[in-house]
Amino acid sequence: MAGKPLLKVEDLVLHFKTTKGKVQAVDKVNFSLMPNEAVVIVGESGCGKSSLAKAILRLLPNNIETYSGKVFFEDRDIMLLSDEEFRKNVRWQRMSMVPQAAMNSLNPVMRIGDQVTEPYLIHTGVSKTEAIKQAKKVFGYVGVPEDFLNRYAFELSGGMRQRAIIAMAIITMPGLIILDEPTSALDVLTQANIFNVLKTLKRELEISFILITHDIATSSELADKVAVMYAGQIVEVSDATSFFTHALHPYSRKLMDSVPRLRGDKEPDFIIGQPPSLLNLPIGCRFRDRCPSRFEKCDQEPPMIQQDGHLVKCWLYQNSKESHHG
Amino acid sequence: MAEMVNTVENENEKDATKNGILLSIKNLRVWFELKRFGFGHVGDVHAVDGVSFDLHNGEAIAVVGESGCGKSSLMKTILGLYRPTRGNILVDGEDVSKMKPAELKEYRSHVGYIQQDPYGAMAPFMTIERILEEPMLINGIKDKEQRKKRLRRMLEEVKVFPVDDFLPKYPHMLSGGQQQRIVIARSMLLEPKFIVADEPVSMLDASVRVEILKLLRGLQEKRHLAVIYITHDLSTVRYFSRRIFVMYAGQLVEKAKVKNLLNNPYHPYTKDLLTATSDPDGKNAKVIKELPPGEPPNLINPPTGCRFHPRCLRIIKGLCDIQVPPEFEPESEHRVACWLYKSK
Repeated sequence: MAGKPLLKVEDLVLHFKTTKGKVQAVDKVNFSLMPNEAVVIVGESGCGKSSLAKAILRLLPNNIETYSGKVFFEDRDIMLLSDEEFRKNVRWQRMSMVPQAAMNSLNPVMRIGDQVTEPYLIHTGVSKTEAIKQAKKVFGYVGVPEDFLNRYAFELSGGMRQRAIIAMAIITMPGLIILDEPTSALDVLTQANIFNVLKTLKRELEISFILITHDIATSSELADKVAVMYAGQIVEVSDATSFFTHALHPYSRKLMDSVPRLRGDKEPDFIIGQPPSLLNLPIGCRFRDRCPSRFEKCDQEPPMIQQDGHLVKCWLYQNSKESHHG
Repeated sequence: MAEMVNTVENENEKDATKNGILLSIKNLRVWFELKRFGFGHVGDVHAVDGVSFDLHNGEAIAVVGESGCGKSSLMKTILGLYRPTRGNILVDGEDVSKMKPAELKEYRSHVGYIQQDPYGAMAPFMTIERILEEPMLINGIKDKEQRKKRLRRMLEEVKVFPVDDFLPKYPHMLSGGQQQRIVIARSMLLEPKFIVADEPVSMLDASVRVEILKLLRGLQEKRHLAVIYITHDLSTVRYFSRRIFVMYAGQLVEKAKVKNLLNNPYHPYTKDLLTATSDPDGKNAKVIKELPPGEPPNLINPPTGCRFHPRCLRIIKGLCDIQVPPEFEPESEHRVACWLYKSK
């Protein structure tokens, strides 16, 4: 895909202050996203992938130690905006989010219609009738019947609630939606249906997606690009097709091997050991202790290396040309 | 499906039928009564309706279905936690549904249960040692030394090393995978006749799921244990069991060997489940899947005839919506409750 990226994240850092010390949730993350592209960020729980989403959308708690880097979105560095400008012009206006456990994110005492129209009313200042009209339009895209506008969350099934949340995320017609584990609590058929909805949105509304998940098999339903996150850092970025057939980073490979498959004969494997604590990270490559191909060089932090169209943070590929960021 | 699928099958299970039937479920029905203001019959939730199957000694079976299909109600009834509305549960020839409370207590010490959420399944204020001692205390193993010896041996079997480091810890100090190992150890401490594993890996991180399943499978083979594995994830089934039952809206709609079911599914619902399950592949993002419309029915008032008919794309009007399909056997050891296979 040619042209300018929609989103470009450069050296994004998000560290939290806790009583036990500094939690390095996001540590110098670089990646970019083209218009109408979907990037999947995969990693184990506690690797910092949800914090990355929150750092991009600036949904931050109070205990921030460091929050720095550049986030270019639609040609400007949104890190330079004040909180008020960010809220008014970026969050939900141009960039929205489907949170984790979305099924429980609806307000139980508000009607679905009031909740879905709320961001539209606030951001565009149109009349209530106008907003209802828009809500009906987005309900059409996600496949929720119009009369659900007057219902409460408990009257909806899990799949319908999830669709309503997606409707809320697209009602302002943003350019980018961040999906944080959007289907992990849903059944297989419902999950597949939701992915059909997301694919249709991507096709018809030309929305871009960042999908955050630990489920590689399901994420392949949407992915154009895959970024693997490990212990607060991105260790590999690649085109989806190429990633699913030959991942390069030893961690990515192990992760791919651990996916149980319905078709084919491959026996799944697992990764020995546990990811390091974000409180106390090893110096050098963070995957070192669990890595089967470890060697002396791994005591130093590897750079991002360009190899076969992938960007990979691993010394194994050091003979290739170095690159600065993706 | 383009690729043929191979599944696990060991010597024990090939001859499972010769090992004799351990558990036999006959026409089981579990309905929950709905009352208004505590009295007055309003209706019933038809959680399990007419389920029959046999489990042989040393055999691993899987029950697959979506949430709300009644698979957990079925298992809890087998464990003696719910009383069946109708039907029989025979374990070694004894009917669980007719047991008195004291007999039920004795029966429960012979069955193991692995819960879905390992953290929720352990008392947060007890140490691992205490958690594992509890079932032995309750079931009258009085000798302290023997209890210690047994729990140590069990922890080694579930590969929690070094054992001494874990004994004084509390559940919250362990990772999800370690917690689930402790729950597995606890379920096997009393040497049960069979184990029910209710979605044992769905709460765990993708990277440790396979590890836990392999561990469970290894223990099952080694101890020649019968296991019922309940899941909604078809992709893990073939690493674990030989036979599989597909459950929809309180009924078993297809029963087959895992291999046959994955390679040659009969029931339209099973086919849809297989379509919905993805393998990582760059091509997936380019196609929109053809899936059945709607959602599973409300079990208070399930559809007449075949319960899948309102969503089925291959419905035979005038038959599927009126008459309940019986089980047909289009192939040996492959049964399906669907009118499409009537002639065969």
